[in-house]
Amino acid sequence: MPDEWLTVEGANISFQGKWTLDNFHALKSVLSQQGELSSKKKISLNGIERLDTAGAALIIEFIGIERAKQVPEWASELPKEQQALLVRIAEAMEVPLDIPPCTRHSITDALANIGQKMSDLWSQQRQLLAFIGLVLATLIPLLLRPHRWRFTATIAHIQQSGLNAVPIVALLTFMVGAVVAFLGATVLEDFGATIYTIDLVAFSFLREFGVLLAAILLAGRTASAFTAQLGAMKSNEEIDALQAQGLDPIELLVLPRVIAMLVSLPLLAFVGMLSGLLGGAVVASLSLDISLTQFMTTLQKDMSVTHFLVGLSKAPVFAFVIAVIGCLEGFKVSGSAQSVGAHTTSSVVQSIFMVILIDALAALFFMEMGW
Amino acid sequence: MTHSNKSSEQHSQPVISVRGLVNRFGANVVHENLDLTLNQGEILGVVGGSGTGKSVLLRSIVGLKRPNDGTIEVLGTRLNDLSEEQRSQVERRFGVLFQRGALFSSLNLQENIALPLIEHAKLGREEAEYLARLKLSLVGLSPNTALQFPESLSGGMVKRAALARALALDPDILFLDEPTAGLDPIGAAAFDELLVTLRDALGFSVFLVTHDLDTLYAACDRVAVLSQKRVLVTDTLARVASYDDEWIQDYFQGPRGRAAQHAHQN
Repeated sequence: MPDEWLTVEGANISFQGKWTLDNFHALKSVLSQQGELSSKKKISLNGIERLDTAGAALIIEFIGIERAKQVPEWASELPKEQQALLVRIAEAMEVPLDIPPCTRHSITDALANIGQKMSDLWSQQRQLLAFIGLVLATLIPLLLRPHRWRFTATIAHIQQSGLNAVPIVALLTFMVGAVVAFLGATVLEDFGATIYTIDLVAFSFLREFGVLLAAILLAGRTASAFTAQLGAMKSNEEIDALQAQGLDPIELLVLPRVIAMLVSLPLLAFVGMLSGLLGGAVVASLSLDISLTQFMTTLQKDMSVTHFLVGLSKAPVFAFVIAVIGCLEGFKVSGSAQSVGAHTTSSVVQSIFMVILIDALAALFFMEMGW
Repeated sequence: MTHSNKSSEQHSQPVISVRGLVNRFGANVVHENLDLTLNQGEILGVVGGSGTGKSVLLRSIVGLKRPNDGTIEVLGTRLNDLSEEQRSQVERRFGVLFQRGALFSSLNLQENIALPLIEHAKLGREEAEYLARLKLSLVGLSPNTALQFPESLSGGMVKRAALARALALDPDILFLDEPTAGLDPIGAAAFDELLVTLRDALGFSVFLVTHDLDTLYAACDRVAVLSQKRVLVTDTLARVASYDDEWIQDYFQGPRGRAAQHAHQN
């Protein structure tokens, strides 16, 4: 049966043509049709035009490793390079190439995964607390030594995470303010109490939304940036280099970021409050027939400054948590590009979660206190 | 690798020929009128001081940097004249080992090597991974490492795994950018030996950028010296070492050069 790659005549099998990667599928099926090779058959490799590692691997699988290693004895008319290739590949195939398939037990694996996740979560929280402690322990003594404050780095971070975020914070809170005003108007209209839309917008923005929206935005924008910056530095061994020079990475890298956030977030929260109120005022004057003057008067009459202070008091806490989580996740990065991605995700998720958790706890606290 | 029965006649036929290459970065001229030839089946060592553009030359040849002028003929075709698709066909026949390995960090070793086999040679995953493990074994890594990720490997293992990936498609030309940099002397010597063995078995040509004098003595058939924005001389090591140029004399007759020469003679 003459064939493109293999001819079998009685006890003679001869290989021919191009035994290369491009023909891998065809070659494999030709060989699988042959079945087991008995050791009595005579093999001829002379017709082979081209041979590469893939082709050689197939031939060796078929004729057996021992026989392939003796190629120079029984196929001496083959070009030297091809003999060398067959011998070399046969040697490489002597080590068992099959790896044990990983055994999976779905139920026990699932349980183990849950356990693993829980203990990871626990150790993550412990690490976070420890890191907060470390940052505070570095920060407090430093407050007394102004000559070691890093103004340039801090100002640069304030610009990046604070000033540059003003447009997006303002736009977002403006739109949410407008939406809240519309919602309030729709519900309150049935009671003939449309005027209370003003109180609704003012109450929600001064106490909650102004600071919360700004914090969530910074958690997405700045926590991720901190993690990626420090993570890249970590994988480039820059942080090790700092430590080896006797410099404290917490003081040099973390504190400027934490302080920048402590400055930026309250300011941004203030911007958010104003812009949210503006959104509400615009909707009120354009579609609810509440004039701007009326809006301002009601605001002045009904809203005590307590609400504003309650809202703003949360900003430094959020800022600290976001900055610390962003930096800690950056320090946890190990080597690979994937690790940077995983920790950036984790830092954003954690900081948003913590912001909302703290906000909920704070709401309960302020309510109980009657503030 | 495509060596035919006539491969012995092909010997000393150029697989790469660079003529009049010019590379500039802004006002900084890296190459000016650079000529270079790589012959079939040889290992060509490319040496030169830091900043003489060894890596830039490699990147120009494999098509990662477009030269400002000059022609680069690879395997009988001019790369610049080809369409994207034809170019990709030619580039399939290259294997490149980058300086730091450049293994894909999100894939394990066998997936790293199987990727070009699946994408270019259209193999199934299982077949490709089997061949990947064969390649790992070929470069001296145990198939047990197949499931490890690059970040857990030592420097020497990364270099070997990267070599296995460069060899995945049986390239005609292998480009190595400082393959022994960062390896311990034993690992570096083993790499040199491995390179020569594989070259003899697989018959590829090697463009080897290196700083390692031992590699020059142990592995290279010819040496090209980059200096003064061009290839100053290309010849056998003995003749290059005796070339009358200050830098070359410092390089080969300095303490390290003499030590390497001495070690090789014994």
